[in-house]
Amino acid sequence: MEQRFVGRRYRRRVLVNRLMLILTVLATIISLVPLVLIIVYVAEQGIGSLSIDFLTHTFRPISFGNASTGGGVLHAIVGTVIIVGFSLLLAAPIGIMAGIYLSEYPGNSASTAIRFCVDVLSAMPSIVGGVTAYVLIVQRVKSFSGFAGSIALVVLMVPIITRTTEEILRLVPQSSREAAIALGAPKWRTTLTIVLPMALSGIATGVLLAFARAAGETAPLLVTVLGNNNLTYDLFGPMQALPLLAYRYTEQPYQVLNQQAWGAAFLLVVIVLGINILVRIFTRTRSPR
Amino acid sequence: MRTEIQTVSLRNRLGRQLQHGDLIFWIVALLFAVLVVVLLGAIIAVTWHGSSDARHAFGWHFLTTSAWNPVSGQFGALPAIYGTIVSSIIALLLAAPLGVMIAIFLNSLCPAKLRMPIGMMVELLAAIPSVVYGMWGIFVFIPFFRSYISTPLSKTVGSALPLFSGPVNVGRGLLVAGIILAIMILPTIAAISRDVLAVVPNSQREAMLALGATRWEVIRHAELPYARAGIVGGMMLGLGRALGETMAATMVIGNTPKIHASLFQPATTAASLIASQLPNANTELHSSALIYLALVLFLITLIANSIARALVWRVSRTGSGA
Repeated sequence: MEQRFVGRRYRRRVLVNRLMLILTVLATIISLVPLVLIIVYVAEQGIGSLSIDFLTHTFRPISFGNASTGGGVLHAIVGTVIIVGFSLLLAAPIGIMAGIYLSEYPGNSASTAIRFCVDVLSAMPSIVGGVTAYVLIVQRVKSFSGFAGSIALVVLMVPIITRTTEEILRLVPQSSREAAIALGAPKWRTTLTIVLPMALSGIATGVLLAFARAAGETAPLLVTVLGNNNLTYDLFGPMQALPLLAYRYTEQPYQVLNQQAWGAAFLLVVIVLGINILVRIFTRTRSPR
Repeated sequence: MRTEIQTVSLRNRLGRQLQHGDLIFWIVALLFAVLVVVLLGAIIAVTWHGSSDARHAFGWHFLTTSAWNPVSGQFGALPAIYGTIVSSIIALLLAAPLGVMIAIFLNSLCPAKLRMPIGMMVELLAAIPSVVYGMWGIFVFIPFFRSYISTPLSKTVGSALPLFSGPVNVGRGLLVAGIILAIMILPTIAAISRDVLAVVPNSQREAMLALGATRWEVIRHAELPYARAGIVGGMMLGLGRALGETMAATMVIGNTPKIHASLFQPATTAASLIASQLPNANTELHSSALIYLALVLFLITLIANSIARALVWRVSRTGSGA
């Protein structure tokens, strides 16, 4: 009697155990499905629209006559490189130096305040940065510009770079710093010639991740850069960028442009996922050292 | 002779005062670090100043009125805030159980060989640009959802339940936006839950196992309670991400600043209203109202994230989340 009761209870527990474990496996599979679907679909649609023309031409107006050829996205590639490159030039020094400050001078009230601001910035919706750049630059100058877009992206990149720099610098062994200081080197020399070179690859990783994040960002560009169908190198006028073009062409009723949007999306995914995968493989092989 | 000694001592004194350059280095590093604070201060100051017209015109009523009419100059943010919160909560309800399950799977069940690739794939979901999610939503998910889920649902349950009532037009709406957002915030919740579960001490698990617990009972009664606060924190971080997400929401939610009972009807979020209207705002009041909305959105995400960080921090600091 007692034996049977325990047995039934035990069987129930084993059953619940098995059921829940199967559920977790199912949940993992369910979550991976969208990733696979999205990547497969983007690749399928994107590779089809890739061609030499696609990469080397700019927008070609669509008329009933030439509806089959819609030009290319060269202007968007150039725009993305210029806008994101310029914001990287601004964000990298700020982020790296702030990271150095946080890791080399920890534990005072200034670094607590700065770390708090970095946290707030990294959680801030990207559109808020876009709105700020819009008010500060677009409304003042009365013109949309790639420059305003760069400023909006700086807000996004600084916290990423600061945080990775700080984390990497903390991994540099304290003994290396002490060795340099014991030889009589001042702190700045220790930091610049001993600590920084040891952490260089990690800092580069942070900068690359920030680049990838900013390259895929659309919303802040929408309200600052606006978009442009022509190839332009003028940072102070409206420009085009890959994510922006993907969005605009998606909203168009023309099949040709929708197809080009997928091409642009494919380029973006290749750039962004490529950087992310490379960084992960790179840091993984290095970390056990 | 005397002057030489003087210059040497002067140099020494200068060197000591500048700590052999360390003072300069400290000042330069601090200046750059303070730039981060200035950046945040500038964002708050600029949005505060830029929204002054709307703040004076509408005050707190901005948050509680629902008319949004750029032509007549009436702006109320209630539909946008409603859409933001409802779509984010849908996303959270869908993503939270899945994310925690993934974390459990990766942490205690997954074969070691699969752990790295699966963990990496889940994390890569977070790296895909949001505009790509939006495009996938428009071209793939919405047609599927409309023909297999929302149309049948609205025809059957919809007549009784206003939550699922039709008509389903293009298929853009709150529920679709919530689902796409759920896919986007899943990696955040999974990654943080995984980190938090990983710090549960082995002694806790071993104690449960010694009592004869099954694997699930170890997870349910030892790991989850221990990591609870951290997991909730991860969910709040995911919520924060969903609240501020712009492009995916803009593309699939339908951009209609109205409040409907039905989840199948088009709506809008604060971020998507800003993104779609700010470039075309042609009156001062219109752009000012949108900037005000950005300020409100910033505050909402700030609150969600502060709660999240406090919770995650508590677990990683004290170890016990109960």
